[in-house]
Amino acid sequence: MSTPVTTASPAAPAGTGGPGKSAPRLRGPRRYSVNRPKRSVLLTVMISLLVIYTVVPLIWLAINATKTQSGLADSSGLWFAHDFALWDNIRDTFTYDDGVFTRWLLNTLLYVVLGAGGATLLAVLGGYALAKFDFPGKRGIFAMVIGAVAVPGTALAVPTFLMFSKMGLTDTPWAVIIPSLVSPFGLYLMWVFATEAIPTELLEAARIDGAGEARTFFTVSLPLLAPGIVTVLLFTTVATWNNYFLPLIMLKDSDWYPLTLGLSVWNSQAETIGGQVIYNLVITGSLLTIVPLIAAFLLLQKYWQSGLAAGSVKE
Amino acid sequence: MRRTTGRLLRGLALLSTLALGATACGGSDDDSGQKAVSAGDIQTALKKGGTVNVWAWEPTLKSVAADFEKKYPKVKINLVSERSGDKHYTALSNAISAEKGVPDVAQVEYFALGQYALTKGLTDLAPFGADKLASKYSPGPWNAVSEDKAVYGLPMDAGPMALFYNKKIFDKYKVAVPTTWDEYVEAARKLHKADPKVFIAADAGDAGLTTSLLWQAGARPYKVDGTNVEINFADPAAKKYTDTWQKLIDGKLLAPINGWTDDWYKGLGDGTLATLPSGAWMPANFVTGVPQAKGDWRAAPMPAWTKGDKASTENGGSSLTLPALGKNKELAYAFVKYANAEDGVQTRVKQGAFPATTADLQSTEFQNTKFDYFGGQQANKIFAESAANVADDWSYLPFQQYANSIFNDTVGKAYISGTKLTAGLKAWQDASIKYGKEQGFTVK
Amino acid sequence: MTTLQPPVAAEPRPAPPPARRDRRSWTGWGFIGPFVAVFALVFLAPIAYSIYLSLYRNQLIGGNSFVGLDNYKLALQDDQFWASLGRVSLFLCVQVPIMLGIALLVALALDSGRLYGKSFFRITIFLPYAVPAVVATLMWGFMYGTEYGLVGDINQAFGVTLPDPLSPDLVLASIGNIVTWEFVGYNMLIFYSALRVIPHSLYEAAEIDGAGQFRVITAIKLPAIRGALVIATIFSIIGSFQLFNEPNILRKLARNAITTDYTPNFYTYSLSFNGQQHNYSATVAIIMGLITMVIAYAVQLRGMRKGA
Repeated sequence: MSTPVTTASPAAPAGTGGPGKSAPRLRGPRRYSVNRPKRSVLLTVMISLLVIYTVVPLIWLAINATKTQSGLADSSGLWFAHDFALWDNIRDTFTYDDGVFTRWLLNTLLYVVLGAGGATLLAVLGGYALAKFDFPGKRGIFAMVIGAVAVPGTALAVPTFLMFSKMGLTDTPWAVIIPSLVSPFGLYLMWVFATEAIPTELLEAARIDGAGEARTFFTVSLPLLAPGIVTVLLFTTVATWNNYFLPLIMLKDSDWYPLTLGLSVWNSQAETIGGQVIYNLVITGSLLTIVPLIAAFLLLQKYWQSGLAAGSVKE
Repeated sequence: MRRTTGRLLRGLALLSTLALGATACGGSDDDSGQKAVSAGDIQTALKKGGTVNVWAWEPTLKSVAADFEKKYPKVKINLVSERSGDKHYTALSNAISAEKGVPDVAQVEYFALGQYALTKGLTDLAPFGADKLASKYSPGPWNAVSEDKAVYGLPMDAGPMALFYNKKIFDKYKVAVPTTWDEYVEAARKLHKADPKVFIAADAGDAGLTTSLLWQAGARPYKVDGTNVEINFADPAAKKYTDTWQKLIDGKLLAPINGWTDDWYKGLGDGTLATLPSGAWMPANFVTGVPQAKGDWRAAPMPAWTKGDKASTENGGSSLTLPALGKNKELAYAFVKYANAEDGVQTRVKQGAFPATTADLQSTEFQNTKFDYFGGQQANKIFAESAANVADDWSYLPFQQYANSIFNDTVGKAYISGTKLTAGLKAWQDASIKYGKEQGFTVK
Repeated sequence: MTTLQPPVAAEPRPAPPPARRDRRSWTGWGFIGPFVAVFALVFLAPIAYSIYLSLYRNQLIGGNSFVGLDNYKLALQDDQFWASLGRVSLFLCVQVPIMLGIALLVALALDSGRLYGKSFFRITIFLPYAVPAVVATLMWGFMYGTEYGLVGDINQAFGVTLPDPLSPDLVLASIGNIVTWEFVGYNMLIFYSALRVIPHSLYEAAEIDGAGQFRVITAIKLPAIRGALVIATIFSIIGSFQLFNEPNILRKLARNAITTDYTPNFYTYSLSFNGQQHNYSATVAIIMGLITMVIAYAVQLRGMRKGA
């Protein structure tokens, strides 16, 4: 502890500040009053440059989703073509090939609900265990996780495929869902978060009251972990939503494809003899694929704001 | 920590044993004594019914499958229409190694047949009577699916090559459509000089195109006899190709656009690319991929390597095969035959597929078909003639799939650096030989 | 290897009371068991299987045979493998510091309270993370196009000739750009969250000491988020060493510049999927995993020791 300012009392939870602590102050002007944070135009402009870098490709996607296949070919990428075909494209995306896009969308949702949901659950339970229990093998677990993650996944694809195939799991949704259930980063985040957010004394108190471990977890710990859970859920959702390589290896039947795989199949139609070239639908489909995620971010933003910020309430 | 590691290692050891056990029971080939299957057997099977799982990306098969089901109501064709290219073979090879989920019928391109045939991945169709169908097909495709007496698939389509050219551009700059490759280089220079934005063609290194052109030039770089393989890109016929193509590369006359990309389609549409040497299946892709250039393009015979020579070549094309581990062989064969040798062919030709069957190629209806896209040209006449002029003694490597995958690692250097094409081909040859040896072939 | 603690332990705050040491029991397994079980199935079992595979050789002609450590000997002398490792090492040394540097600066800027429209910036910079690599590479592939892309448009509009981003000399940087674009916001958010949990009392104390903004950053903020920095670095190292998606998808546009052995992960993929050399592919993967692990642990140890 090199900082000369360690004055926080050990008992004070650094995490979510404990139940009932009032959160409203956190965005108040008093924060940083010590350093009198004057808003800086220069800093804002600098960060704005980064934002331009960030959004230009997205703007390209949005603009080109308004073009027909021939409009795509004979107009500049960063401006609109003569015809505005966004609505037609969206309709075509959903109706092309008997509406298979809808099917892929529903598959993706299924993978997200079960995969990302399950991954979050496992990460929450695991992170809680690492943070609040001492058990045999504890020290080895995270080392093992990091070690296993370090092995390149592409080379494990074939062994995994062969194993799953023996178990009869390939070409079923389980082949995508089961591997999605492991989120090493989610585990890490929950470990950190649980360490901070749940005061050990609270657990002791609950146990003294005679509550079992499961009951303690659900009634005492889970509510405190909520903001962390949202964050992990968000990360695992993105990971599952964007999963590409695994379904590519595991799934043959296009009825089980997630959106990413479906789009890449549409994209490769242009490389197929006699295949129909539908770049306009690939682009519109890509846009439709990222819109729900972005919407989720925006909608959940309030949640994080309180979640992330809750950690900063300190006296 | 130490304790955990020990336990972990023991766990790993256990898992390895399991894995060992699992693979040890695999790999038993069962190709002993294939019995002849009579037409009667097939009819009985069709009456009994069942399901046939088909892995194919050919779009026209959809309606063929529907027709087939109508004709034999008890048979269900489960068409898994899917990805083409590497991913298709990855899935097929994976399923074969897992010995599970192998399709009953699989589409396999001609260049990749050798590998599956050699490793006993495919059913020999001769006992089903496929060997008697030889006369139905053009020589090129038939040569590709048959080996000695065995037949590993029925040709589905063919890719006799033609030179597609943008007539508007040639007319605008008053350049004659080349009939030899020397004229082609000349035309390339003239067009590029007239308008620096115009290139004779796009080529950023493509294994399929290179092997096709070598084929046309009379080079036979691959000699395959069972597991004895010879690879040599240095014969005089290959030199005809390398000399010509080196001129195009050195003169920066080829657009550095990768084939089958968005940019490539754009280039075909806006006059950047003046020609496209390609297989006869190309029109369908023109119609959907380059709609804005309708009427601009025409087909012409491939330029000749020596004036007056009619030798042509194939590019692409595929067959339907019966993987050895598939089930319902009689039904599967009946479907393949229906699709590639009987009524299915007509259905597919009507939807724009290019047939491998001579009767269809020679039919007046086929030859007189006018292509709106090509300004009403009867392009099939050119394609059919090309099909008839393909030399049938070409062979691919039994590991062509791998060889093609490293083409750009080796020959590709000639397109982006000072490396000569001959040196690139030599590097390709060496890498292919190395792989062949590693895989247990006798390679020269 | 014994210091794998939650990095927050580096925070200037005493460790949680050791009250529970005596309660060492198997209860924790009830909570972590499910994770470990699935983890064993999808990570450990395939790795074990790969180790087994790496001891064999399977030929198209000749079948399967036990070869002991031959594959490892081969891999250690394999120029293609070392060249690809060199490439990702270069990538690691350049791209990761740039990406994490930008992410840290943005996080500090957001946390400083000196920005207008803070939440707008936070969400916008994070957005690319939501874009699948397939789509991201598609978009950037367009940007990079010298014929029809943004680079081509700029060339035409200003009459200049920008270098081709997909040429062999620049393609690694172009890949780095895509990866940076995808992950800068993600890392920013990690840092930002860590900054937000720093107790305010520290800032107040600093004020009493008369510390300025810069001093607050170096003396309080950076040490406090050391754990987040270390873990982000470790995950970035792993990510760099496993670089695959972006070069794989971009290869469609730059077949000659991006070889099939461009990165170690790409190499193992090509060996396995183009060449059916599953055994050798597994060997390379295991060696690569070991190298990655050693480096990740080195970073972890170094990062944590300084903090404690």
